[in-house]
Order: sequence, then C-alpha cells, then structure tokens
Amino acid sequence: MSLALHLPALQVVLPLISAPLAVLLRHGGLAFATVTAAAWTAFACAIGLWLQIGQAEGGVISYAIGNWPPPWGIEYRVDRLASFVLLLVSGMAALVLPWSRASIEREIPRDLHYLYYAMFGLCLTGLLGITITGDAFNIFVFLEISSLSSYVLIALGRDRRALTAAYQYLIMGSIGATFIVIGIGFLYLMTGTLNLADMALRIREVENTRPVLVALAFLTVGISLKLALFPLHQWLPSAYTYAPSAVTAFLAATATKVSVYVLIRFYFTVFGESLVFDKLPLPQIMLWLSLIAMFGASAIAIFQDNLKRLFAYSSVGQVGYITLGLSFDSVNGLTASIVHLFNHGIAKGAIFLLIGGLVIGMAKAGAVPPAPTFDRLAGLAKRMPLTSFGIVIGGLSLIGVPGTVGFVSKWYLIVAALEKDQFWLVGAILLSSLLAVAYVWRFVEVAYFRAPPVGQEARCEAPLALLLPAWLLVIATIWFGLDTSLTVGSALDAAQQMVKSGR
Amino acid sequence: MLEHFSHIVTVFLLVAGLFIIVARGNLIKKLVGLSILQTSVYLLYIAPGKLLGGTAPILAPQFSIYSNPLPHVLILTAIVVGVATLALGLALAVRIREAYGSIEEDEILALDRAEDPA
Repeated sequence: MSLALHLPALQVVLPLISAPLAVLLRHGGLAFATVTAAAWTAFACAIGLWLQIGQAEGGVISYAIGNWPPPWGIEYRVDRLASFVLLLVSGMAALVLPWSRASIEREIPRDLHYLYYAMFGLCLTGLLGITITGDAFNIFVFLEISSLSSYVLIALGRDRRALTAAYQYLIMGSIGATFIVIGIGFLYLMTGTLNLADMALRIREVENTRPVLVALAFLTVGISLKLALFPLHQWLPSAYTYAPSAVTAFLAATATKVSVYVLIRFYFTVFGESLVFDKLPLPQIMLWLSLIAMFGASAIAIFQDNLKRLFAYSSVGQVGYITLGLSFDSVNGLTASIVHLFNHGIAKGAIFLLIGGLVIGMAKAGAVPPAPTFDRLAGLAKRMPLTSFGIVIGGLSLIGVPGTVGFVSKWYLIVAALEKDQFWLVGAILLSSLLAVAYVWRFVEVAYFRAPPVGQEARCEAPLALLLPAWLLVIATIWFGLDTSLTVGSALDAAQQMVKSGR
Repeated sequence: MLEHFSHIVTVFLLVAGLFIIVARGNLIKKLVGLSILQTSVYLLYIAPGKLLGGTAPILAPQFSIYSNPLPHVLILTAIVVGVATLALGLALAVRIREAYGSIEEDEILALDRAEDPA
C-alpha cells in the first residue's frame, strides 16, 4: 500500500500542517480537535513505523524527501532507536493534548488557547523531525522549531517568572543551538556532506584532524545544554516550575529525551565509538558529570519547597543516569540509557500530569491554580487520594523500586557497571537512589502524615479528565516495570544496531 | 595572517557575542550578543563556500570554477531562524518590562527574591 510507504513524511508533516490550521481556525475547541487529531495520527504513524522496522531490511527505513536520493536530498531515516523515540514522543503528545484541554482552561486566558495548540503542534513537529531526519542541518532546523515553540509555551505560564524563565531558556537554548550548528558546520567543511550516514563513511578519512575534534566538542557542549547535563542545566528548573502544567509534563517527558537521542546519534552513528570513546577522555568527563548530576541535583531537589521545582531538579539528576549509561560505551550501557530515556519519560510525565491535576483540584472554581508548595499540600492524601497515590508510585519509579520502570533501567545500569568491573559505581548508583528516597519521602510525609489544614478536609480530587490520562501513565510505569519485552527488547535491538553501525 | 582573515573575524564575533551575553545584565543587550554570536556562524559557513576566482553557480561555457551554493542556502535558513529567535526574545523582553517594569537582570532578580524569599 502506498500510504504505508509515506509514513516517515506523514509523521512530521501532519503535526506541521495542524499548527497553522489551528491559528487560522482561531477557536480553542477547533484548534484542539485539529492538533489532537494530528498528534493521534502521528502516534499511529509511529506505531506503523515501529511495526515496519521489524520487517525492514537491516532494520532501517530510508525515505527520500521529494524523491531526491540521499546524500543529495534530505533523507528521513528511521532505525530502531529512532522509531522507539518516535513512539515515546508522539505517544506522550497524544496523551498530554487531551489532558491539557481541561488544564489550560484554568491556566491560560481563553483567547490564547488556539495559539497554545498551534505552538504545541509545532513543538511536536520539531521533536519528531529531529528524531526522524537523517540530515545534519535538518536536525538544527527542527531543533529550532521545537525550541522556539517551547519558549513560547513556557512563557504562557500565569506567573510572571514564567517570562524570565522562558527568556533565560531562550538565551541558553540559542547558545546551545548555535554551538550545534558550529559543530555541524565543521563536519560539513571536513566531509562535504550533510547526510548523517554519508558523513559517517567520509569521516573515517579525516577522523584525526583537529576540525573534527572541534566539531565533536561543540556538538557535545551544544547538545548537553539542550539535554540539561549538569552543570548546563540552569535553565531547566525555572522553566519546568513556571510553565503551564501540560507544557511541563510534555517537555519533561520528551524534549530533553530527544536531545539525548541527538547525542547518541552523533556519537554512535557519525563519529563512531572509537573516535568518541577511545581517543578522548570523554567517557571520564561524562562519567563524572553524570555522577555529580545524580548526587548534586538530587540533593538540591530534597530542599525545594515547590513540588514542581523538586521534580524538575530530580529530572536533572535522572538525566545523569542516562548519560552515565552512555559513558560506559557498551551495549548494556547504551541499552540502559535508551530504556531509561523511555522509562523516565513516562514516569516524569505521569508525575507532572498528576501535579497539574493537583493544583487545579486545589484551586477554587474559576481561580488561577496556586503553586504546589509543601505548606499547601499537608494532608493531601485525604483530600486527593488517587492523585497522591499516583505521585507516590511515580516517585517509587524515580527511586528504582522493583516492579516499577525505574528498577529496570537501574538494573541495566548496574549490569553495565559490573561488566566494566566498576564495583564502586554500583554503590554510587544505589547511594544516589537513596537521595531519591529522601525527596520522595518529603512528599509522602507531608501528604500522608500531616493533618490537612482546618477547613480544608473535604475531598477535592482532580477532575476525571485530568486523572485518567495521568493514571494511564502511572499504570504504564508499573506495566513496563513488570513486562519489559517491549521496552528492553526495543532498546536492546536499538543499542546493538547503534553499536554495530559505530564500528 | 591574512589568509585566515575570515576565520579570525569569525572567532572574534563568536567570542564577542558570548562575552556580551555573559557580561551584560540588560535583556536587550544580551539579545544583541546572541545575534552577534549567530552572525559568526553565518560567516563560518559562507566564507569556505567561496572559491577564489569562482563564480556564481550558473552553468556557462566560459566558466569552469564555481562557488559552492549550498552554504548560502543553509545560512539563509539559519538567518531566518536567527530573526525568529531575536523577534521572540524581544517580545519576551517587552512582556518582562510590562510585568516587572525593568529589563535589567539584577533588578528583576531582586523583585523575584522580594516576592518569594525561598
């Protein structure tokens, strides 16, 4: 069937078209319908691609845009890793969009709703485009599409600090993106091609030259800014704290994860393992930065008073686990990274969706939701039992308790560490999990063991439209913690394919 | 020295742009720095695309050396992205001015701290 052949293009084009349509419609409800339909179709496309990849020759689907054959034209290239990330991104969008309808009603002025959906559509386009494209410059363009729209989405927050957070993110993000273009520029100068697969072949002849190493350095720093690797994470906590709840949930689950994907793509597909990991002290640098993130950011998280900020810092810490897996330079390490990229995406998405429902449940009808600070959360378990319980399960997954997805990723990290005979790292991984216990316990203590303030004992559970998608994700964190055939299977396939292509 | 002229200018613009972003607290000046930083990238791409003695890539019998047009196309895209970033940054600066009454970073931080000491 011819439609099935064009899935890679449809994957990106449908959300792209939905965004200007949403602006033209100028009506919140119609814009919602358009963008949500596009997101669901994108999710269907991602599932379709994921099924196709299983049968495709060599596990790669190549799509020449406009029938210009690669390496001259822009190629969309779906391999196992790309299709896995596409599933995560489009799946989260398909879930967060219906959720956000009830949420932005309270958080964003009504006359701006259609613009919110348009920006969401653009952000989704950018993230999907980064993942699917096989062209280096195209990555930059899609990166800017997703970044610019996410700055706008963050600035839509009601608190005026959302504006400064968005501004700060814009400056940091643009520096990161500029560094990425500089890196791509050096690679283009040295290889004369922009197609990633072609570049990977040609870079072998020039891999010992200084411009290639400079390109590697610029790309590493630029992408690390985008994925909030410690100490380049300063934009993240404020941006996540003051953005509208739906935006926080979507960005936390997808944006940094796609940046990790770009890093993996450049390291393993373009530069190749030997260049990145053997000739430079990059694994050591990455190992130590990851460790500092795991301990430092988690420790900072413990002392936050705003629940959203707490989990934002926890995100920085969790990114540390992902980059730690990368630094091992082994199939198991990469598998751990890829699995954690997915697992942390759904767990953090669930937590931020539940917090979004929580603030709306706490607000009086029609009022702007308050910030979820701990003094307002006392006795929450009695007032919102389902929301509190969901956040606790999400928290257990951040800790890595068996039966949740977090355990699966940490298991593979520990396997990878043992494989390299780094026993002390096993201790470090377990110790840093204790810090996660501490910040999750802060929530448990306030929500379950403190009496609700006088006069606020009544049940005020979040509306069902907000609870249902969030709980779907919570159930997913348990489901994929028990049945790992989909996640670990895909990640293992992807890691093997990446490592093989890098040799 | 002269043969590396374009590279020296590129590096100067890059460092100058980064310095302005870091050293200036005024939100508009930071955006100026960001634009200078991005301009350095335009030069980084465009300059190597030019061949000495090369002409515009339009086939004609009397020419045999052509400059590479691809960097120009890429940078055209990058310029558009740069304009969009600048426009969005300025729009945010306007909104920040409306909300805080200032576009100086230290004053904004002081206002935030006064509102929420945590």
